[in-house]
Amino acid sequence: MSNLTTSEVKVNKSGQRIVSPDYLLFEAPREKFFMTGSEAVKEAVKRASVDASVSYPITPQSEAAHLIGELWVEGYVGVYFRGESEFGVMSEVAGCAMAGARTITTTSGPGTLRAFENFPMWAGTRIPVQLVLMARGVNSPLSIQPDNLEVGFLLDTGCMIWYAENAQDLFDMILAGFVVAEKPAVHVPVITVVDGFFVSHTREAIMIPPDDIALPPYDPTKAPMPVIDLEVPPGRFLRDPFVMKSNYISYATHASWQFEVRAAIERSRPYAKHYLRGLIEEFGNPEAEIVFVAAGTAASQAKEAVRLLKDEEGIEAKVVKLKTLRPFPYEELRASVKNAKYIFVPEFNVVGWMEREITKWLYGYSNATIIGAPRVAGGMTMPAEVIVKEVLNYVKES
Amino acid sequence: MKRKRVNIRMPGLGGQGAVTAAHIIATAADYEGYYAVSNPFFGAEKRMAPAESYARIGIEPIFDRGEVVYPDVIMVFHHHVITMGKSYTMPFYSGIKANGLIIINSEEDLLSDTDKKFLESLNVRIYTFPATKFAIEHAGTELATNMAMVGALFGCIGCVGLEAIEEGIKARFLKKFVASGGTASLDSALERKFKKKLELIEKNLNTARAAYELAAEWAKSQGLESFLPPPPRKVEVA
Repeated sequence: MSNLTTSEVKVNKSGQRIVSPDYLLFEAPREKFFMTGSEAVKEAVKRASVDASVSYPITPQSEAAHLIGELWVEGYVGVYFRGESEFGVMSEVAGCAMAGARTITTTSGPGTLRAFENFPMWAGTRIPVQLVLMARGVNSPLSIQPDNLEVGFLLDTGCMIWYAENAQDLFDMILAGFVVAEKPAVHVPVITVVDGFFVSHTREAIMIPPDDIALPPYDPTKAPMPVIDLEVPPGRFLRDPFVMKSNYISYATHASWQFEVRAAIERSRPYAKHYLRGLIEEFGNPEAEIVFVAAGTAASQAKEAVRLLKDEEGIEAKVVKLKTLRPFPYEELRASVKNAKYIFVPEFNVVGWMEREITKWLYGYSNATIIGAPRVAGGMTMPAEVIVKEVLNYVKES
Repeated sequence: MKRKRVNIRMPGLGGQGAVTAAHIIATAADYEGYYAVSNPFFGAEKRMAPAESYARIGIEPIFDRGEVVYPDVIMVFHHHVITMGKSYTMPFYSGIKANGLIIINSEEDLLSDTDKKFLESLNVRIYTFPATKFAIEHAGTELATNMAMVGALFGCIGCVGLEAIEEGIKARFLKKFVASGGTASLDSALERKFKKKLELIEKNLNTARAAYELAAEWAKSQGLESFLPPPPRKVEVA
């Protein structure tokens, strides 16, 4: 019986040379390509030794799902098929992951909601599935436009939530996502979020390593849960011995398991810090009293506003971009707003879930006024000029 | 004062290739050494319904996303944008910046006196250019309208030369490219029409080149200078 370990394997099933995650992410020479965010997903998956992917079409992630299908045709993805619905898709990738496969899928907006029951199930079964979420408005009224309300819904599913700002971030985060999610100490799903259209359909320059190298394959024998096979049925995974029992042991089991999932996310911090080069990124004057805290496209627009404020109004400002929401980078955030008098939280949704997060984590740690604005939704863009106007309103009043 | 960024808004009708044009414009500008980003309007596009795309070119990294609300340049791909209000913004020049430029694909002057007075007050130049007619003359099909518009744009604003434009066009048609299911079917329609892909590229290149030269002459006669400083970097697109 062969007993190969990962380090002894030189090429993956697609014939790509296996390199360390550090080499792939930080050391390999990179070349510039001009592509959309959807195409960046394909390029990342191509280098990720992915065993299985299941897709279902919904705007705006359909192209990314389609491109992963092309990778299957080209021999870079082990299994690929179309599920019956998003609920089917998220259940099917779970099955693949429980059987020891590295899996990835994509969805958006109403698809996320249809699949929702599965996300806490993924976390509870400790499978390192990756979901690339291209955020879109949710009904009703119907919208296919960018809007990230659904991300607020996902925060407490027990999955890690990372937020990519652009195609480059997305490429790097997909690769880092597998590496961090599969650490034996972590081993929970990762949801890699981008704003639909603003990233998926926007074409820009990105730097990527060659496609003849790839991540080491997933090693399910290091997982905290046994891989399902004929002797380990899926029931073992789903913890169902506790389902129908009302007694203190079952309550305690459920609660402690839920705590353990959250603790696993906390244990991802050092790995995420390393592979994402920090959980936050700052842009602008580090000493500024006006601070924007944002993720994704809202961070992009705030960066433009920082430039405008400096060039046209002579006002210093900075952006604190959050790369991860679960785990939430509260230490980094608290340190970065030390000088802040005004903290603006620009968002692409009506409810302001990010403002709620910021307010919670800064309570007792900052005297700054936290302003949940500007906020746009339903597909509207957030021009830098609008952000500047909002800032000037507050600065002039005080 | 020279700009750091040129924001371009392209209202047209579905099927005219405004999305393809945006991608070629950004790819060409990137090849020339500028920072560039392009994106379509995010909607359920269909033929003859309003469609819009955007390109941003600059001398520093571009973070800005989505629709261009405050454009430096507006390229009107179809007269219906003006005459029938097939535009996401009303009037179609809403948000135009001072010293901007409007390129209109038309054989005749479509602007009212009110329009002209407003645009003059902002020193916005207007280049009326029969791109569809021009495409039929040079490529034998109105499907090359977008190539004529791309050529005309860079003829007017300078910055990006013919070599880069050719690279942008080749990058679009020579490599496999998925923008959407709709674009894929449009591609096959285009290919049937032109029979051979290389012939298609050659005709597109000729159309863009001729439009570029014509527009450059107009820009010279108007005393228009290049819209951007020289490119900050010169890196080959892979």
